[in-house]
Amino acid sequence: MATLHTRASARLMMAPSVILLFVWMVVPLAMTLYFSFLSYNLLTPGAHNFIGFLNYSYFLTDPAFLMAIGNTLLLVIGVLLITVIGGILLALVLDQPFWGQGIVRLLVIAPFFVMPTVSALVWKNMLMNPVYGLFAWIARGLGITPIDWLADVPLFSITLIVAWQWLPFATLILLTALQSLDGEQKEAAEMDGAGAVSRFIYIVLPHLSRAITVVILIQTIFLLSIFAEILVTTNGGPGIQSTNLTYLVYAQALLQFDVGGASAGGIIAVILANIVGIFLIRLIGKNLDR
Amino acid sequence: MGSISLRNVRKSFGTTDVIPGIDLDIEDGEFVVFVGPSGCGKSTLLRLIAGLEDTTGGRILIDGKDVSDAPPAKRGLAMVFQSYALYPHMSVYKNIAFPLKMDSQAKDVIDKKVREAARVLNLTDYLERRPGQLSGGQRQRVAIGRAIVRQPGAFLFDEPLSNLDAALRGTMRIEISELHQHLKTTMVYVTHDQIEAMTMADKIVVLNAGRIEQVGSPLDLYRTPANLFVAGFIGSPRMNMIEGAEAGKMQAKTIGFRPEHIRLSQTDGAWSGTVGVAEHLGSDTLLHIDSDEFGPITARADGDFVVKSGQRVFMTPDKARMHRFDEKGLAIR
Ligand SMILES: Nc1ncnc2c1ncn2[C@@H]1O[C@H](COP(=O)(O)OP(=O)(O)OP(=O)(O)O)[C@@H](O)[C@H]1O
Ligand SMILES: [Mg+2]
Repeated sequence: MATLHTRASARLMMAPSVILLFVWMVVPLAMTLYFSFLSYNLLTPGAHNFIGFLNYSYFLTDPAFLMAIGNTLLLVIGVLLITVIGGILLALVLDQPFWGQGIVRLLVIAPFFVMPTVSALVWKNMLMNPVYGLFAWIARGLGITPIDWLADVPLFSITLIVAWQWLPFATLILLTALQSLDGEQKEAAEMDGAGAVSRFIYIVLPHLSRAITVVILIQTIFLLSIFAEILVTTNGGPGIQSTNLTYLVYAQALLQFDVGGASAGGIIAVILANIVGIFLIRLIGKNLDR
Repeated sequence: MGSISLRNVRKSFGTTDVIPGIDLDIEDGEFVVFVGPSGCGKSTLLRLIAGLEDTTGGRILIDGKDVSDAPPAKRGLAMVFQSYALYPHMSVYKNIAFPLKMDSQAKDVIDKKVREAARVLNLTDYLERRPGQLSGGQRQRVAIGRAIVRQPGAFLFDEPLSNLDAALRGTMRIEISELHQHLKTTMVYVTHDQIEAMTMADKIVVLNAGRIEQVGSPLDLYRTPANLFVAGFIGSPRMNMIEGAEAGKMQAKTIGFRPEHIRLSQTDGAWSGTVGVAEHLGSDTLLHIDSDEFGPITARADGDFVVKSGQRVFMTPDKARMHRFDEKGLAIR
């Protein structure tokens, strides 16, 4: 697209899709923004009065709000820790030649193909159930009182479930990165007297840094909006112990029918997500431009 | 110290015997070059010495000590790879310092050694750069720097110059030779470049299909090749080989004479032929002659000997420098 003419026609050609995307994004955002300044509850019919920032102050001063932010961050950080560390370890194992490698790799990828609701239900009913769950059965076999996972450690349980879903993604990305590491570099390090641990720290880990960055960025985007797993397991409870921002907005809008308040929450969630995004890009994004 | 001995060293990958059994002695301080056609096992042999591959059989001794089962780091050798294998995320300084750091040496000692190596190799201005920001020759020097700081017993080079252009290769060749004279450390050097082998080596090992064909100084191999393979491999352009009646007259299966050992004349000589292609190199001229008696023959003539394609020429081989070979391809002396 060198000349002015081709550039202009290129813009013209792209315009429809750009406009469509723009409208697609802007209309809901504008409506949400508009609703967030209204007193708009589905249970109180009548005029929707403009009430300024009341919805915002109501949402921000709600004790559940701080709790939800904390839970959101804990969830994101917990899952990231498990998937990145676990992903690196799994990738290292899968990179070794062993019998049945193909099958094992396939099995490792499998959880990624299970829908979030289904996997959460499987975890809830087959693994974490305090009476007939697998974990309880093992615990009883060892003579320990079984933990009621979703009631006693709800946030941790959800972290586990989500981590299980995202581990394959992290493993896959890290494995491909690992396989692209030049074998001669590892051999050179070996000749230079680096043991297995030193080789990992000085050669493998720096090589993986870009892939780790990608994993963290992509996962964070999705982990900020975890919803299905909470809905089908704890419903944000007990109390609000496992309520994250997404779930709080949902509870506001669809359980309390407060469209205005939920819209304000949604806008706040968008702003917070952007803050996290900027923070992340600043912190680790520099790994990408090398 | 760095004498290396191979005692019946064997290597197979699965069922293919890449190296069926090699015995070789490399003296301390020697510059030994492995040459041979592609796939003959040069790299494999070097990697066996380095410890990057396990031997299938036989012993490897370094300074008389059996290291056949020792890991690479314990053998006290340094290797320069064809792809350089620099660590891309580390600066030049850190690359060179890496082996010292792995050896847990003190910071100031490391600094002194790295700067000394950088000075020797003209890398002082590039110490803070990443390998990606260096030219091929500079990368090669960093790889050498990383090898020399450890003061290894011997250096192993696997075709270190093959990624460089001709001019740079010439310079680096001299730099490595100078480095050898300066350090006096054993060097084992793999190449398929004749000129590198002839100019740098104290001792050339000619390999073919995992076997040693001949070991000797460059001039030994050039003057008295032990067999047809070495005769054909060493020297450029290749030695002319003639079989049949003419060879029979000399009580040999095959006779060979080098292009530079043929006297050319426009008027008379032992054999005659027609010039096919004449390559004028300036200092001398390579003539590809279609001889009347034995087909194609290459001859090297003086630069002043002006002939054109299609012209008739006469050749007289220098009988004193003729090589004779028996049925098995071994030289008859
Ligand atoms: N890991 C391996 N598995 C199986 N065969 C191998 C392996 N490495 C090398 N070989 C075989 O061993 C033989 C010798 O290989 P090697 O790399 O030593 O050749 P080379 O002399 O270095 O050749 P080149 O000049 O092309 O580098 C080749 O036939 C090659 O196919
Ligand atoms: Mg090779």
